[in-house]
Amino acid sequence: MAPDDVVEVADLRVTRGGAEVLHGIDLTVGAGELVGIVGPSGGGKSTLMRAIVGVQANVRGEITVLGQPAGSPSVRGRVGYVTQAPSIYDDLTARQNLEFFGAVLGVGPDEVQSALATVDLAEAGDQVVGSMSGGQQSRVSLATALLGSPDLLVLDEPTVGLDPVLRRSLWGTFRALAAAGAAVLVSTHVMDEAERCDRIALLRAGRVLATGTPAGLRERTSADTVEQAFLALIDEVAA
Amino acid sequence: MTPRITLAVTRRVLQQLRRDPRTVALMLFVPCLILLLLWWVFSELPGRDMVDSFGPALIAFMPFTVMFIVTSITMLRERTAGTLERMLAMPTGRADILIGYALALVAVCLVQATLVIGLGVGFLGMDVGGPLWALLLVALADSFLGTALGLAVSAFARTEFQAVQFMPALVLPQLLLCGLFIPRDTMPDLARAVSEVLPLTYAIDAMKGVQAGVDGQVATGTWTDLLVVVAIAVVVLGLGTFTLRRQTD
Ligand SMILES: Nc1ncnc2c1ncn2[C@@H]1O[C@H](COP(=O)(O)OP(=O)(O)OP(=O)(O)O)[C@@H](O)[C@H]1O
Ligand SMILES: [Mg+2]
Repeated sequence: MAPDDVVEVADLRVTRGGAEVLHGIDLTVGAGELVGIVGPSGGGKSTLMRAIVGVQANVRGEITVLGQPAGSPSVRGRVGYVTQAPSIYDDLTARQNLEFFGAVLGVGPDEVQSALATVDLAEAGDQVVGSMSGGQQSRVSLATALLGSPDLLVLDEPTVGLDPVLRRSLWGTFRALAAAGAAVLVSTHVMDEAERCDRIALLRAGRVLATGTPAGLRERTSADTVEQAFLALIDEVAA
Repeated sequence: MTPRITLAVTRRVLQQLRRDPRTVALMLFVPCLILLLLWWVFSELPGRDMVDSFGPALIAFMPFTVMFIVTSITMLRERTAGTLERMLAMPTGRADILIGYALALVAVCLVQATLVIGLGVGFLGMDVGGPLWALLLVALADSFLGTALGLAVSAFARTEFQAVQFMPALVLPQLLLCGLFIPRDTMPDLARAVSEVLPLTYAIDAMKGVQAGVDGQVATGTWTDLLVVVAIAVVVLGLGTFTLRRQTD
């Protein structure tokens, strides 16, 4: 493990519903690094993220987060996690949601306000979440994960269903968080988003097909875009 | 357990309730309406005062049932919405969640029980020999029991429909067996044996014990009954801890 690796996953196998869905994953995420997980639906992206956060049962292999086994009490307050479906109270306002999770983490109202601003919800802070649009709800969920300046952010498709302007601004935020020293792990279906990562892992059917920088992956497959590289790699395996 | 987090849970649950005034109104006033109805339907009938016979049982039963339903459904929502997982992925302890919930709901019960006791004793002339604070104390213990059971049940229910169905399944048999409708020593042996391990039996005995007290003292055995209720609630709550899993499939 390199000294500044925040996440190290080695030979991770996960069984869900009686079947093995991750078949030996190796992955690292360093401090200050923005790593993307891309891959087809059902490939195991969410499962991998759940395992790293420490909420997934039936996990074998090594997962070290901030020097501790995943999910250890000492790392729980230092990891921000956004689930694929927004996990917030829909009968409370955005601010009340953030104030609650902020109180759990021991952060004050200033940080609540700045997290709301980061996801462009400063104005809608007092709207009840249940009356918000889907994209607004997922932004509240994302804001919750930003509280307490976590050392590791695990974001499961945080930009799904959002407009291009907001997506660009959020990726700017992810980049800024990484630049400030956090390790950021983001899953996405959108390949041109993946271009913005430092490193990409292609996850398909529970296996890492390839990892590398976007440029490296394009070069290896003589493709123009990450999407083409991804398709070429899948064809390569099928052949 | 961290007091800051426990109280955050309490405050958040109360905020959620405040967003839902209809539920709060139902929680607070339905017990009063039922007591009033009980008084009214028997008001033409000569003989024993039904408010005296059934009032204390009602005061024990309503907080228990209402808190059971509220807890089982709100906890189930936490599970399905993923907020439970989010809390547990943060520095929240299981005890923070359990005690935070219990504090919020017991606070609601305090208001609920005060209203129904005030109505029964103040307006409907319910005879209570023991002190009124003892009635309140028993009602609080009963709401705590309801919270504990509701929490345990939420782990076994997959949908809100199922959670609601647990209410008649767990509560009505206890109501039949608790000795309210037929004295327990006239029941078949097996039924009586079962009634002896059911918490509602002790809850209602404790209420009756307060009623049967004299000179501001409760009847003998009342505190034991109350203690049994609290002990069962603590055990159930302890078991409920195991249903809050940090890791799920
Ligand atoms: N609760 C569950 N019980 C059993 N199997 C599950 C469960 N959740 C997911 N799976 C299975 O695990 C595998 C990986 O699922 P996962 O959710 O990790 O995929 P994903 O890459 O996140 O997909 P998507 O892009 O659609 O979100 C799939 O085959 C899925 O059917
Ligand atoms: Mg997923």
